[in-house]
Amino acid sequence: MTAVISMFGRLGRSFLGMVSRLGDATSLSSASLGLLPTRPWQGRHIVIQMFNIGVGSLVIIALTGAFTGMVLALQGYYTLAKFGSESMLGAGIALAIIRELGPVLGAMMLTARAGSAITAEIGIMRVTEQIDALEMMAVNPRARIIMPRIIAATLVLPLLIALFDLIGMGAGYLVGVELLGVNPGAFIAEMQAKVTTHDINTGWIKAVAFGFLIGVICTYIGYRATPTTEGVGKATTQAVVLSSVGILMLDYILTSFYL
Amino acid sequence: MIRCKALTKIFGDAAALNSVDIHVRAHKTTVIMGGSGSGKTTLLRLIAGLDKPTSGEIYYGDEDFVHMSRRRLYELRQSMGMVFQYSALLNSMNVYDNVAFTLHEHSDLDEDIIHTIITMKLEQVGLRGMEHLMPSELSGGMAKRVALARAMAMDPEIIFFDEPTSGLDPISAGVITSLIHDLRIKSHHTSVVVTHDVDAGLRIADHVVLLWQGKIIAEGTADDIRHSEDARVRQFIEGRPDGPIPFSRSSTTYVDDLLHKPGTVRIEP
Repeated sequence: MTAVISMFGRLGRSFLGMVSRLGDATSLSSASLGLLPTRPWQGRHIVIQMFNIGVGSLVIIALTGAFTGMVLALQGYYTLAKFGSESMLGAGIALAIIRELGPVLGAMMLTARAGSAITAEIGIMRVTEQIDALEMMAVNPRARIIMPRIIAATLVLPLLIALFDLIGMGAGYLVGVELLGVNPGAFIAEMQAKVTTHDINTGWIKAVAFGFLIGVICTYIGYRATPTTEGVGKATTQAVVLSSVGILMLDYILTSFYL
Repeated sequence: MIRCKALTKIFGDAAALNSVDIHVRAHKTTVIMGGSGSGKTTLLRLIAGLDKPTSGEIYYGDEDFVHMSRRRLYELRQSMGMVFQYSALLNSMNVYDNVAFTLHEHSDLDEDIIHTIITMKLEQVGLRGMEHLMPSELSGGMAKRVALARAMAMDPEIIFFDEPTSGLDPISAGVITSLIHDLRIKSHHTSVVVTHDVDAGLRIADHVVLLWQGKIIAEGTADDIRHSEDARVRQFIEGRPDGPIPFSRSSTTYVDDLLHKPGTVRIEP
């Protein structure tokens, strides 16, 4: 009996802990974002973070996009050939990438490449007292460290995903048309006919939402990391895991809304 | 300049500071000494406003420091400097930008003038010509000196030092100690130094506060402390391992633990 009670006790405590962390994350992030319009204006730091997060992720986004498009062409061709509708390949690739794979895979790559770096960097700033030093030099660390990174991730991810989509569809075209022999006219025409503005909106709404989610999770976990070496290591892992799971969950929710 | 009344800070169940009264006098060096876990760093963080006390009051002049608005706190901080235990230089910037950081943030001075100020500050700590180095290229002692130059950049009224000599070789530690002393006399600011380095602490102190287990056990000039009759003070300044401050932190007796006497050994269920 006591074992059952203590099990419920542990479950309850961990649930309460989760809720209180969620509340803490919400209040820290919203307080930080509230500093956006205040002086001193942090525009320069937002641009610096956009550069760090975005430019550094270009290669990995391009690579992932290319291979996603190429695999989609192979798999799509195999499936469509069974129904004799290879001409639909262009539409299939474009819809899959724009609506789903571009945002999700792009966000995952950004988490792995830039999200982990954000958490580790902020965690190390905490360990080495740099956050306290900013505070003592009368510079609000939430305005200087957290806010620019959340804004930058939110702005940069849609751009990266646009690039992902473009490269993915281009690579799909190469494999589909040049390698598998699909008619190029049909490929492009079907793509134009079947992809609507609504599909593109779905894609970029997801991109903005995922960028924001990565920014909030990775800055929060880094800022609140236990100030030890293990603490920062754990925080980095946790940030990547939580962001990835969060992206997939949010993806389901957004898809069900915007289908 | 700073007065603290009945300052208490509780972490979890343990009181890191227990009703401490302290008075930091203007234009003097106040040294807070104590062993590890005595609450001295906690006290410094409270006085610097990096943490809030659980209870008690802090006054800067006549101003209530604990319930101050963030805007006013940041205004006050422009006349404060702090040298952190691990220097805490911003590692994305070189020495020049680190020292110039507060001037770039809070003044609209011409870059030429800032350059002149930084050259003067770096000369005072003996590092002129090192402007282009990154923090990762500095030794511990040099990083501390850059941190000191940074803390002085805005000509503050008060500078806080957290363990300024810990982790440094004897020569670097000596350099830092003399710098703290000489610069205080030259620029007439107030210093608050937290340290467990007895020799350095007593050498530079105008006023010494000795903490043990979150309470002040002795207070006075360096000579008062040196000639104190209190057994705990004597043990601390002589560095004896055992005495009124016990070597063993265990609360049960050793023999009872070895004999598994009921009630002494905690066995987790």
